[in-house]
Amino acid sequence: MKNFFASRAGIVAVGLAIGILAPLLQFWGNPGNMGVCVACFERDMAGALGLHRAAVVQYMRPEIIGFVLGSLAAALLFRDFRPRGGSSPVVRFVLGAFAMIGALVFLGCPWRAILRLAGGDLSAVFGLAGLVGGVWVGTLFLRGGYSLGRSQQTRPGAGLVMPLLMAGALALMLLYPQVPGEPQSGVLFYSAKGPGAMHAPLAISLAVGLFVGFVAQRSRFCTMGAFRDVILFRQGHLLSGVLALFAAAVVVNATLGQVAIGFEGQPVAHTHQIWNFAGMLLAGLCFALAGGCPGRQLFLSGEGDGDAAVFVLGMFAGAAFAHNFGLASSPAGVGPHGVAAVVVGLAVCVYFGLTMRAKA
Amino acid sequence: MSDIVDARGLSCPQPVLDTLAALAAKGSGRIEVLVDTEASRENVTRAAQAKGWTVESVAEEAGAYRLAIAKA
Repeated sequence: MKNFFASRAGIVAVGLAIGILAPLLQFWGNPGNMGVCVACFERDMAGALGLHRAAVVQYMRPEIIGFVLGSLAAALLFRDFRPRGGSSPVVRFVLGAFAMIGALVFLGCPWRAILRLAGGDLSAVFGLAGLVGGVWVGTLFLRGGYSLGRSQQTRPGAGLVMPLLMAGALALMLLYPQVPGEPQSGVLFYSAKGPGAMHAPLAISLAVGLFVGFVAQRSRFCTMGAFRDVILFRQGHLLSGVLALFAAAVVVNATLGQVAIGFEGQPVAHTHQIWNFAGMLLAGLCFALAGGCPGRQLFLSGEGDGDAAVFVLGMFAGAAFAHNFGLASSPAGVGPHGVAAVVVGLAVCVYFGLTMRAKA
Repeated sequence: MSDIVDARGLSCPQPVLDTLAALAAKGSGRIEVLVDTEASRENVTRAAQAKGWTVESVAEEAGAYRLAIAKA
């Protein structure tokens, strides 16, 4: 069957859809310039589970659950569900953790960097520059023979682990729904104030997540691959999707009155530009070495890729590290140990880049 | 350079990197590429076509795709 979403028109359509829906999610209640942020939302989920106890960022984000389950549905429907794993999982876990730490120094994943810029937050330019820089360094390692090795086919039970975890997260949300003003409901933590308290209605968030997961699985939408493919192959296929996302988000933000151009006073952002750059440099390098942006890792985990699932679990662990040990930034600036974490993370990436080679 | 690129189990972007290296080394003629995900099949096809090669056939076998890529 010809896959429409693999065409140029298909990837642009998916970018446009995400670019329209993300600002709408903000309009419906999600935090500023955070209609969708894979890193922030996974961090919120880690908080909902109590893996960290930063009171303002605790919420089981249905968008993330939808991304994985929507991808699973698309993969099953189009016979694209392929249980696999075993390609350097421990390396992927560590890359996931440092990707999250870098993203939380910047305060956003690549998706949010684009959405921040589309909302007029000019500090995002430094984050995006860092992202491109990190991806560029990653391509140097790729050209030098960097490889995490082959995955093996495995049983469907293994391929379903991440979708089942997400189904479990949804079940917990339904069992222990938010009680207005309360920081806890059953085993789940909720934010009474802060970004974690800002969210669109559950049904809307879940529906949008399922839709995006479905079309992104078909189109292989990836915000890291967008830049990597241009640098590595001079190929703009994935980039056209990212540009479509940005263009659509600008138009919808303008229509909804969600644009404020400037550096100061932007929602959930800081203006330490060196660390906006360096945080995303680290995150971009981790995504490049792991072969996908955080959204793409979720979509891959939905279609049975156990290695992508390990990367996602690494991101959850990274979120816990970031908030338990003062690595994450806040609107006040970088955390007390954020700078050290970025330096260590970059060193770890260089270590992997030099040692994980087919002909080492 | 072998005329068969086995990119099964390799994650993005390695199947494309390996294919492009093989195409560049070969110059013209015919090579086969083995991949095991639909995404890799699409990516390899797109990259080969961008370099002026034609995907002559795609055979599905034992959970993998065998792409025959040629250039006169």
